[in-house]
Amino acid sequence: MAIYPPSNKLWWNEHIEKGELIWITVVVIWGIILTLMMPLWHIYGKQNMSSEAYRVTPEQYLAKAQEVVDQYTVRTEGAFNTPVVKPPVGSDIYLVGRLWQWWPIFELEKDQSYRLHISSIDWQHGFSLQPANINLQVLPGYDMVLTVTPNKVGKESIVCNEYCGIGHHNMLGTIYVVEKGAQ
Amino acid sequence: MNTTSQFRTCPDTGFKIHRPAETLIKLNAVAAVIFLLIGGVLGIGVGLTRWPEVHLLGPDTFYQVLTGHGINVLIFWIIFFEMAVLHFASAVLLGCRIATPKIGHGAFWLMVVGALVNNYAVMVKGNSSVMMTSYVPLPADTLFYVGLILFAVGALINCFMFLGTLVIARGERTYEGSVPLVTFGALTACIIAIFTIASGAVILIPTLLWNLGFVSHIDAGVYRLIWWAFGHSSQQINVATHISIWYLTVAVLFGAKPLSEKVSRFAFLLYIAVLQIASAHHLLVDPGLSSEWKIFNTSYAMYLAVMASMVHGLTVPGAMEHAQRARGYRSGLFEWLRKAPWGNPVFSAMFLSLVGFGVLGGITGVVMGAEQINLLIHNTMYVPGHFHGTVVVGTTLTFMGITYWLIPIVFRRQVVMKRLASWQPYIFGAGMSGVALFLMGAGTLGVPRRHWDILFTAADGGHEFSAAALTMMSLNGMSVILAAVGGAAFILVVVVSVFFGPKIPENQKVGTFMMAPRVTDEEFATNKAPLTVPGTLVLVAVFFVVFALYYFINWKYLAQTWGLS
Repeated sequence: MAIYPPSNKLWWNEHIEKGELIWITVVVIWGIILTLMMPLWHIYGKQNMSSEAYRVTPEQYLAKAQEVVDQYTVRTEGAFNTPVVKPPVGSDIYLVGRLWQWWPIFELEKDQSYRLHISSIDWQHGFSLQPANINLQVLPGYDMVLTVTPNKVGKESIVCNEYCGIGHHNMLGTIYVVEKGAQ
Repeated sequence: MNTTSQFRTCPDTGFKIHRPAETLIKLNAVAAVIFLLIGGVLGIGVGLTRWPEVHLLGPDTFYQVLTGHGINVLIFWIIFFEMAVLHFASAVLLGCRIATPKIGHGAFWLMVVGALVNNYAVMVKGNSSVMMTSYVPLPADTLFYVGLILFAVGALINCFMFLGTLVIARGERTYEGSVPLVTFGALTACIIAIFTIASGAVILIPTLLWNLGFVSHIDAGVYRLIWWAFGHSSQQINVATHISIWYLTVAVLFGAKPLSEKVSRFAFLLYIAVLQIASAHHLLVDPGLSSEWKIFNTSYAMYLAVMASMVHGLTVPGAMEHAQRARGYRSGLFEWLRKAPWGNPVFSAMFLSLVGFGVLGGITGVVMGAEQINLLIHNTMYVPGHFHGTVVVGTTLTFMGITYWLIPIVFRRQVVMKRLASWQPYIFGAGMSGVALFLMGAGTLGVPRRHWDILFTAADGGHEFSAAALTMMSLNGMSVILAAVGGAAFILVVVVSVFFGPKIPENQKVGTFMMAPRVTDEEFATNKAPLTVPGTLVLVAVFFVVFALYYFINWKYLAQTWGLS
């Protein structure tokens, strides 16, 4: 019994039940499959994290974001006159997370790729693109770079899903996805 | 100092119980239940606020209550109870005196003070709504960190007392051969706890200094890396502890012996193996860490622990089936299970916990721990859904079940309101399984965790979650109420039994079933079937099919979203 010392003092010499052996074999093989799925998806899958990130200060990051906004803003929108930016395909674009706003709004083309940078200039935030359902941790001091390729036309919201203080639930951003070549 | 009057012999179990150890077990268990009550009440506030049609609390109160809920149940309830389990698994199971009981009292009060100080910062001062994770640079009150550190020091002292007690038992030869499997499991929990608390110290002490102004900056990424070495490893303590209790339960209820000591012990050891990198799967979508690092650390550390849990998932019910078949319950595949004492809450809580932990908590944990699938799940409601499967249906329900057994054995009181007690695990288990399922459903549909307003009534631009997602949150609210009824029933039965239940004289048996006689080798020999545990093998096979299907379905979901590289 498990509450008494093993009755056979040489318990490590006991044979293992057949049922147990079968299950252990299944479990070990399954563990190997689980492990291999991740590198395999890096090779054959289309949704992978990049390993690209840079140290950055809030000032440096904000300056880069401002530069893109200054160049490619097409209109402003919402209660805060948030700039809507339509960047060239393939360019570097900078999303700023701050209390309590995602800034600016981007207008991207379907099936085109962009180098999306994400960072926070104050506390930690959570980038949650809905309904595409892509979720990333956003840290101050880290410029995270991901190449994104939208695959559906429409409005995507960026919900903040890391608690960031009392205005957290009002922190909401937007990315528009338009048809390829649309003006 | 070590006189015989310090010991009593339990008439039901035959355990030689050291009275000072028993006092410490009682103290820690009572404190645990008090913090379960506090944290549970706060949990009702969380559930009812996230029910969109109810939306009970305002935002400030919600974030405050959510912080208090997490810390009180996940840290204070569970760790106080684990201290009781450590002392039981050492002093009582080995029949020896506990090491340094006076220091044990000091450690206990240190933990109480720490827990109260932390609660004062969160619930009374109200300036520490930073969630359990307290991610920098989000600031909390100084007392928030001080409380946690005091609590951790107390817990650490208890861990060293456990090790000291093992040394005493060996030195005084109170047992022969190897320690019992349950004690061995508790030992792994203790080793993991020491590592966990050390990690907590490495991150919380600098954070305290930062809070006081002695340290200028703490890197957000490094904080998360070290904090999760504490935050995740503490869940490994829970797993090692509640699985030890599963073995204890099948031993006392069925007289079962482990199918193989070697396999079960090795599986416990796997929980310790490469524990230090178990934090990796919390950082799968963090910047600054390479995919190679994430994959290696996640799979190496995590799947060994997964394998261990899957093995226990066979060996615990297997030990029970083995014993039941030896006793004659061997018709068909499942007579051993049908004829189990389903009306005894000690059994039903343990078995529901075994199934719930494996299916609701285990499978989902592995799925979201795959590097790329985590993109769909990180910080959504899926995460709390998952850990309500592991920590509540798993650990908490297990602790509730064994409490019904400990009340007569350790507190020497009859369990009162037996009918309510026999229903309690089902009510709580059903409610909490609902919470786990519906939260994971909502999370799959993108609903964020730790969020006051998913209707975005005041947010610029607005966003509408699907009707299905909102329905999931309403169903979660209803499940919270059911779970709260089950939780209240537990607290009622336990408090009334412990403080007002009929006393049981020390040399008198409890009168109801407490301890099954050991199944003898002759009885085992009467079962000549080629496979020892066919029923359990069928159960784990079904489990495995569900696991594999659900795992690959999530890869398919992933393939439908934006391209990322």
